[in-house]
Amino acid sequence: MAGKKPIRWHIAVFLAPAVLIYTAIMILPLFGTLELSLFHSSPDGRTFVGLDNFRTLFGDPRWAASFWNALANNTWFFIIHMLVQNPVGILLAALLSHPKLRFRAFYRTAIFVPTILSFVIVGFVWKLILSPLWGVAPSLLDLFGLKALFSPWLGKEEYALTALGLVSVWQFVGIPMMLIYAALLSIPDEIIEAAEIDGITGVAQFWKIKLRLILPSIGIISILTFVGNFNAFDLIYSAQGALAGPNFSTDILGTFLYRTFFGFQLQIGDPNMGATIASMMFFIILVGVCLYLFAIQRRLRRYQF
Amino acid sequence: MSKATSSPTRSIAAHGVLILYTVIALFPVIVILINSFKNRQAIFRSPLSLPGPESFSLIGYQTVLKQGDFLLYFENSLIVTVVSIVLVLLFGAMAAFALSEYRFRGNTLMGLYLALGIMIPIRLGTVAILQLMVASGLVNTLTSLILVYTAQGLPLAVFILSEFMKQVSDDLKNAGRIDGLSEYRIFFRLVLPLVRPSMATVAVFTMIPIWNDLWFPLILAPAESTKTVTLGAQMFIGQFVTNWNAVLAALSLAILPVLILYLIFSRQLIRGITAGAVK
Repeated sequence: MAGKKPIRWHIAVFLAPAVLIYTAIMILPLFGTLELSLFHSSPDGRTFVGLDNFRTLFGDPRWAASFWNALANNTWFFIIHMLVQNPVGILLAALLSHPKLRFRAFYRTAIFVPTILSFVIVGFVWKLILSPLWGVAPSLLDLFGLKALFSPWLGKEEYALTALGLVSVWQFVGIPMMLIYAALLSIPDEIIEAAEIDGITGVAQFWKIKLRLILPSIGIISILTFVGNFNAFDLIYSAQGALAGPNFSTDILGTFLYRTFFGFQLQIGDPNMGATIASMMFFIILVGVCLYLFAIQRRLRRYQF
Repeated sequence: MSKATSSPTRSIAAHGVLILYTVIALFPVIVILINSFKNRQAIFRSPLSLPGPESFSLIGYQTVLKQGDFLLYFENSLIVTVVSIVLVLLFGAMAAFALSEYRFRGNTLMGLYLALGIMIPIRLGTVAILQLMVASGLVNTLTSLILVYTAQGLPLAVFILSEFMKQVSDDLKNAGRIDGLSEYRIFFRLVLPLVRPSMATVAVFTMIPIWNDLWFPLILAPAESTKTVTLGAQMFIGQFVTNWNAVLAALSLAILPVLILYLIFSRQLIRGITAGAVK
């Protein structure tokens, strides 16, 4: 050992811009919010109340009922995405990555179109299409002789959340598709050729070889879906409004936070209770991400090609 | 050439599934677009038919164009999105390179610190962000949106890009070092071109939430001169809920520029993906 290593300034240069912007605009305001959940605001200023706001959220029956309702709805919203969006995305990517597929660029471009649209557009478009007033959905079902199946899904308590979950799947299926597609393309030819020499082709090749190799990407997609769903707000807000109707059946944590934070109708906005809900969302997401980082990601084998 | 990969039934089945999904993906958009060119009776009488000579009408577009300044909104959205993406990609790739390439004290901790932002809905910090922007006089400027979106996009960009940078061969970088390239040159000349496909992917994932965001334009930059397309469309549609012609036309006007932008951009994207990944 010949003395200390020189300071490697380039590491600091590479890290500095990202870390500075990220810290100033994201981390510090986040801690500001967590801090806010420990205070109570009044016209005279704010007073430290410890965990009182959390006690209200879980202790007051009215608050607790809303919170658990939003959490349960949010969980169902996430399950829909995991069961529908990600398998469909993987299937589409697997079909697209077939080396001799024609019109590949067309399919890829077309299927990604909904993903580029804003929630405002998607919310309104589906609201119009599913509207019994307009009748696009009933006349479409009529083409297949299924008109009897139609009901105003967005207006029914038992269907509204599932319908919106599927609308969200419709919008976002392009993201898992693109990520898996890129992962599939990066599998080297040699591995595929070796598999073909061993007689493993087609569907078997996908299950036995490719799927194992893209597991890290599937892990990333799952955690992105989790985080995205537990932050969701915009689609529900544009389709059903801040009240997440009918009768709060589509209320998720994001809309619950919004109503609490900014108020609605007769209730006045409460930044401190809003910050409390935001903190709960933060903890829920933190648990999910830790689970992924420490339990799942470590078990995935990484291949360097 | 193995028989299984070129079997015609398999290929027909694959096309069948892809066509079916393409129809599902495009149908709602097409319904909105064709109905925006019809008069009110035709919209309700036969929503699935194309506009004919009798049913053709531009009344919705006339209403919309009289009301909103969509060109300006579009320009604002474009500036905010493009500048944010460039900053996210540049700063994100630099940080990802530092984290995946060098061993230094605090590396893991720094990685976790930056990854924290993937799960933080930046909305949670809205009140403090608004205070910050008020204090620095950036309210109602596009700069405030660019700063927020850069901060929002960085964590995911760093996360995905370092996953990809770990796959860049060490031999190549070491060969560069032996040839006397500085660390900066190794990053810009050797590593960046190799991860370009993943940069394109990150760019798309960064672009979508920025372009579509309603929350921050509403809170940080609601002024007429800084409105984005999403905010403009939302406000407009809110005003004209019962005027179906206007709503359909406004939706179409919000869809079309993005669609055109996407079709132009997707060629770059596909070229980016295929340049690295397809052999």
